[in-house]
Amino acid sequence: MKATAKTKSFPLPSSLKVVSGTENVQAAYPYYMQFGKEDDERFWFYNSMHFPEPMCLFDMITAEAAYCALGSANTRVYSLPTTLGIDCRIINGRVYIGGNAVTDPAEIERRTKEFQLRAFYYYENWERLFAQWKDKMMSLIRETEALPKLELPEFEPLEHVHAGRGVASNHYILDTYQKTLEGYFRMWQHHFEFLLLGYGAYLTFFDFCKKAFPEISDQTVARMVAGIEAEIFRPDDELRRLAKCAIDLGVDSQFREGVSPDEILKSLEQLGEPGAAWLKELAVSRDPWFNINVGDGFYHYHRSWNDDLSMPFAALPGYIVNAKHGERLERQTDRLMAERKQLIADYRELLETEGERAAYDQMIELAHRVFPYVEGHKFYCEHWYTNLFFNKIREFGGLLAQNGFFAKAEDVFQLSHYELESAIVDLMTSWSNGSPPRGIARWPAIVRERRAAIAEWAKHETAPALGPVPDVIDDPAIVMLWGITRENLDAWLTAGEQPNTNEIRGFAASNGVVEGIARVVKSVDEIGRLRKGDILVCQITNPSWAPVFQNISAAVSDIGGSMSHAAIVAREYGLPAVVGTGTATQKIKDGQRIRVDGGRGVVTLLG
Amino acid sequence: MRSSETIGWFADIGLADRPTVGGKGGSLGELTRASIAVPPGFVVRTGAFERFLSTLEQQEPIRTKVEALGADQLEQITALSNHLRARLESAALPDDLTSELIAAHAELCGADPNSHVAVRSSATTEDAEDASFAGLQDTYLWVKDAQAALHYVRSCWASLYSVPSIAYRRKHGLPESGVAMAVVIQRMVNARTAGVMFTRSPLTGDRSVVTIEGAWGLGSSVVSGEVTPDRFVIAKITGEISVREISNKHVQHLPATNGGVRELETPENLRRAPSLSDGEIVALRDIARRVERHYGRPQDIEWAVDHSGEILLLQSRPETVWSSKDRSPVATPAENPIQHVMKIFGGHR
Repeated sequence: MKATAKTKSFPLPSSLKVVSGTENVQAAYPYYMQFGKEDDERFWFYNSMHFPEPMCLFDMITAEAAYCALGSANTRVYSLPTTLGIDCRIINGRVYIGGNAVTDPAEIERRTKEFQLRAFYYYENWERLFAQWKDKMMSLIRETEALPKLELPEFEPLEHVHAGRGVASNHYILDTYQKTLEGYFRMWQHHFEFLLLGYGAYLTFFDFCKKAFPEISDQTVARMVAGIEAEIFRPDDELRRLAKCAIDLGVDSQFREGVSPDEILKSLEQLGEPGAAWLKELAVSRDPWFNINVGDGFYHYHRSWNDDLSMPFAALPGYIVNAKHGERLERQTDRLMAERKQLIADYRELLETEGERAAYDQMIELAHRVFPYVEGHKFYCEHWYTNLFFNKIREFGGLLAQNGFFAKAEDVFQLSHYELESAIVDLMTSWSNGSPPRGIARWPAIVRERRAAIAEWAKHETAPALGPVPDVIDDPAIVMLWGITRENLDAWLTAGEQPNTNEIRGFAASNGVVEGIARVVKSVDEIGRLRKGDILVCQITNPSWAPVFQNISAAVSDIGGSMSHAAIVAREYGLPAVVGTGTATQKIKDGQRIRVDGGRGVVTLLG
Repeated sequence: MRSSETIGWFADIGLADRPTVGGKGGSLGELTRASIAVPPGFVVRTGAFERFLSTLEQQEPIRTKVEALGADQLEQITALSNHLRARLESAALPDDLTSELIAAHAELCGADPNSHVAVRSSATTEDAEDASFAGLQDTYLWVKDAQAALHYVRSCWASLYSVPSIAYRRKHGLPESGVAMAVVIQRMVNARTAGVMFTRSPLTGDRSVVTIEGAWGLGSSVVSGEVTPDRFVIAKITGEISVREISNKHVQHLPATNGGVRELETPENLRRAPSLSDGEIVALRDIARRVERHYGRPQDIEWAVDHSGEILLLQSRPETVWSSKDRSPVATPAENPIQHVMKIFGGHR
């Protein structure tokens, strides 16, 4: 993205100051992620969509692995004509990224030729390659699940000795760590194998609709393309199934609001056969569908349903009540499918020429071909695999904590992955030579300092963008994945000049107007506070939040576009939703009366 | 009472009758046939005008006098216009015509002493659909009784001889023999809210939405532009309401006690309140789709919601602005469908 000298500019990267007292922590991030003088020449934006909170040192591996994989897909594998990959920097825990545009027409032409040899092959062979992708992804998941448990016994087990293994347990600690990292980097490579091509084909249809029907809503286009039986709906479907099982087995009275999952599990165990039968069903649902986490998979502390049953269990009483009132609990896929078909046919009829109709048919066909990946990959990548990965790292944390490196296993995430490897080598050495690990004296103070820095950084706002404003944004990756356009930037530039109003704007995600009490839910632990009819105000939702939607009257989120999870589920439930407001959780007070206009994308503060 | 050569009840006429009932009358008949609610009424056909005119011609020529004028003789046109309009408005109707119209009026209004009618001119020429000409026709609202209605029928007829009308015909060399005017007489709707709607977006030409503009009271405030109406955009197919612009509707048009329309300040609490409920917006969309389907092309529609919440249409005209525009197709089919993705990946978005 080139910029001319005359254009308005955001603050330059060099003008950003590291928050006083956190300099050591800032310096601990890898050197290649630190801003340098030359970065002032370029445009950067804060990736608040994926990283809305300050990133601790270990979690930065997600940015690293993801941009490595995204960039190689764009730059080397498919040869996107107008863009290379994404650069990434971190300051005060905030992740800034910048695109690498290709602007030379001759170079664009050369890359276009390559693109058509590569990307077109993928589109043509999409189903076969996607089936192959699922196999690859599943075997990666199984490989990671099969990684050995971390053990450093006092004496090497006798059978290892008698078998002549010749390699001691400490070696496998390092080996397992390296395999864990390798798996995570590989998972992100898989993630981007189809992503840009998938979004591109979807956006091709989207653009067509916006030109043919200039006033069509984003959500209508999304509804024409969205899958009906996508993985994203499965976790919620499983809960409905479990609610019905509970009724059928006569154990439904055990599920009451305010009772903890542990108490419920215990009481079921005491119920004998019907209780055991339900627990068996639960086990079926848990593997794999409870492997979704309560965030977008980018922070270690977004735990999965499997790790914390409070989210799914909080939803069960409501589903049981609904089922008893005769509501059909299973999603009516036939009806939804018929509706989608009708919608596509109705808009097709409105087109003016047969030529346009033929082009429309071609584009929607392509969008339908790619969409199962666009919708489905998150379950495997950002949820299932990411949970596995962070839990494996937690095991290392546990081992190190046992050996005095940390006060608790979670502290491990305050180390970068390089530092963690050094701590592991320290532990290996100590186990081998019988001396205490050196890290005992080193890490606890550092962990404290870093936790304090994260807490401090969270209090500071950060600029939405840095550097000169580009004339145009012609980078399909940035437009597609982050929804950043020149118009957004102009809005950001003027944001500071506008008076404070009672209105918060976002994407119009699901139609309807509702007034009610706002419940600002900052984490999954708080969902128990939602009462029937409340308006959910949250940073972001994902498939694990779906059960919440049965109780609320509207949804507002800080992050997300019209294809985000909150938007999709809100439409399904027929609730108004405004997503991607940026600031709703900060501006709306818990318990405040608000009006949500999902058709216009406006939230109004009333009281 | 049955339709005759003088009178055409809405249920008996359609677009094909335009030569004798005019565009407005034909449209109201057509809507009635399509089972779309319009305020009941009938058309005084052009035959009635011809009978009236021929009695006047016997006393003193009219059409030949008009045809003798040149388009640039504004002074003479003005003098003749004043003369002819006075004649048409003051001359008595033939007796049989009077009694037929009074009977039809009585049938329309029944015994209700409070019923009012609208008297609206309904031109027969194609040119009349031209916006520049449509504005020259007259409409009289809240007409109290049969005598007043008869008076305004003559006023409508007389408007054929207004200065701009005569000048227009002279400029285009239109023969006077073809000049006739039908007049619609229909029950007034005591509108709570009224306005216009477009089955094709006036803003973007989008055929997938219905744009609705409405304000409190009679639709005349919206059509005349005296009030900024509320504006709603609803998707034709999904029914999603994507735009709700509620304006400050400072005045409204209401029926005056002695007939006609008066302008009143809107009570403070209603000025910024939406003039339509979501349910009414959806109902208007349903009607708009039916009308559009009936005509087979996009329509501009005038509507009113009465105090019981019933929706009535006052007029439907074919949309002309976007329909007459040449536009290149949004996309053409590609030999290889995948080629379409180059619009996203190829640059220059």
